[in-house]
Amino acid sequence: MTSTHTLEPNPAYQAWRRWKSRGMSLLLGLCAVAVISPLFLVLYFLIREGASALDWNFFTQLPKPTGETGGGMANAIVGTLMLLGMAALIGVPVGVMGGIYLSEYGTERVNYWIRFAADVLNGIPSIVWGMVIWALLVVPFKTFSAYAGGVALGLMMIPLVMRTTEEVLVLVPQSYREAGLALGIARWKIVTIIVVKTALKGIVTGVLIATARIAGETAPLLFTALGNNFWNHRLSDPIAALPLQIYNYAVSPYDDWHRQAWAGALVLMGMILGLNIIVRIISHGHKSN
Amino acid sequence: MVTNPTEPVSSMADVMPAKHSVPQPLTAAGPASPAVPAAAGGTVAFDIQNFSLWYGARQALHDVSIQIPAGYVTAIIGPSGCGKSTFLRALNRMHEVVPGTRISGSLKLFGRDLYGPEVDPTVVRRRVGMVFQKSNPFPTMSIGENVLVGLRLNGVRDHALLSQRLEESLRMAALWDEVKDHLGRPGTSLSGGQQQRLCIARALAVKPEIILMDEPCSALDPIATAKIEELIHQLKGKYTVVIVTHNMQQAARCSDKTAFFYMGKLMEYDATRTIFMNPANPQTEAYVSGRFG
Repeated sequence: MTSTHTLEPNPAYQAWRRWKSRGMSLLLGLCAVAVISPLFLVLYFLIREGASALDWNFFTQLPKPTGETGGGMANAIVGTLMLLGMAALIGVPVGVMGGIYLSEYGTERVNYWIRFAADVLNGIPSIVWGMVIWALLVVPFKTFSAYAGGVALGLMMIPLVMRTTEEVLVLVPQSYREAGLALGIARWKIVTIIVVKTALKGIVTGVLIATARIAGETAPLLFTALGNNFWNHRLSDPIAALPLQIYNYAVSPYDDWHRQAWAGALVLMGMILGLNIIVRIISHGHKSN
Repeated sequence: MVTNPTEPVSSMADVMPAKHSVPQPLTAAGPASPAVPAAAGGTVAFDIQNFSLWYGARQALHDVSIQIPAGYVTAIIGPSGCGKSTFLRALNRMHEVVPGTRISGSLKLFGRDLYGPEVDPTVVRRRVGMVFQKSNPFPTMSIGENVLVGLRLNGVRDHALLSQRLEESLRMAALWDEVKDHLGRPGTSLSGGQQQRLCIARALAVKPEIILMDEPCSALDPIATAKIEELIHQLKGKYTVVIVTHNMQQAARCSDKTAFFYMGKLMEYDATRTIFMNPANPQTEAYVSGRFG
């Protein structure tokens, strides 16, 4: 048995070590490839199947009646953006303010339960959100509506935004709060003007990630926004959304609709990818500061 | 100069607002003039009697009684964990950011109880400024914005006054010449020593009467330290300075009076010369001569 603690050269042992090192590096490299390859797989299929249906009409036209080919998903693209806007109106203020409360004001005990509740909310299956909002906002008003869809997505956003906001606020060093206090600045001004501003990029990043996360949600919209083959003129009417349109077209028997479903998925994926790229750009700027 | 240095502190009303709940407007006239030892004839800034402080169940300060003179530099020395930082933070109620703290005894600033039920800690901190161990300029703000943040967030909008305070504070912190041409750069772009002087300028801009310094040089190199110490000399007479330091040479160089804390108790308090040359307490002697701590 050769000792590994001797300084004498030991070619056999060193060769074994070199092979072990190479083997492990290879294994870890393969795992890394396995992590990112699904993304390329998804993009590959979406482009292969959907790119042919992507044309100007897809972005500008309404869906054609059953049996006719052509048409587009303009209403669904706009509908998704409107639903995300409504969700953000609910999810961002409530989530950000909840995060501020957790980080700056809450006591240990209260925070424990709020965090617990937020984590449970994060784990609620999205179909359950859809059912609950259906019972709360669809049944009483006797109509599916854009409002109901926006509320369902907004409620899903709250715990996501709240936890990321809290996480970035906690990272703001205590010394900035103390510096503000020592200048005789009121607590709420320290929180809003100094602490939140310092963490603003992180908060925006969290909001964008939460938006990307809910952009593709289908289940909460099935019983709330319902979908619509035409433009939505009132928020109290059903509204089209990309995930719903993809779902409806994908389960249809028509080849043209299948291709359009792929194209819709490609557009949705492009939106989510775009949001993530914006997040990258923002958080990169954050680091260089 | 900030205010007429020969103007004495004439009355309590000069140094404490009549109503603590209403923040005193920070006008061009400013709050009271800082106390000056010669003119004030030995005015006491902090009159502290039997002051104790607890963090939850743990007692950090035991029955401290001390009178800190206005217009002088008072150093607080002692080994780590002796309560000197806690004591400093009690002087502007900064310790209250830690939940579960409790005090007993009396702590008066120019005769007014700092812990009275009607006293707003925000107002206390406007009059008793603080400089921290680690420089902490706000990273989202420029050099100029950092200096003026205390005034701006307390409602000062007058541009002439703001620009006057900006120059005045930076000059007093001996930073003006180094930064006057790029006040728009981020405060965090400065070197460590400059950042600490920026923090001093920021504290001076709101015109406090007292400046508390919590080991202001412990993260600085000797040259930057010398600049800060020179600055402390400049502040003497115009401000009451209380400085916590681990560096005994620094205490000896900068301060007029020195208090030695040990295990939460004030062991000895006297003229700095006496503390270092001829201390009464054998523990003080052991500490200043480097035999423990």
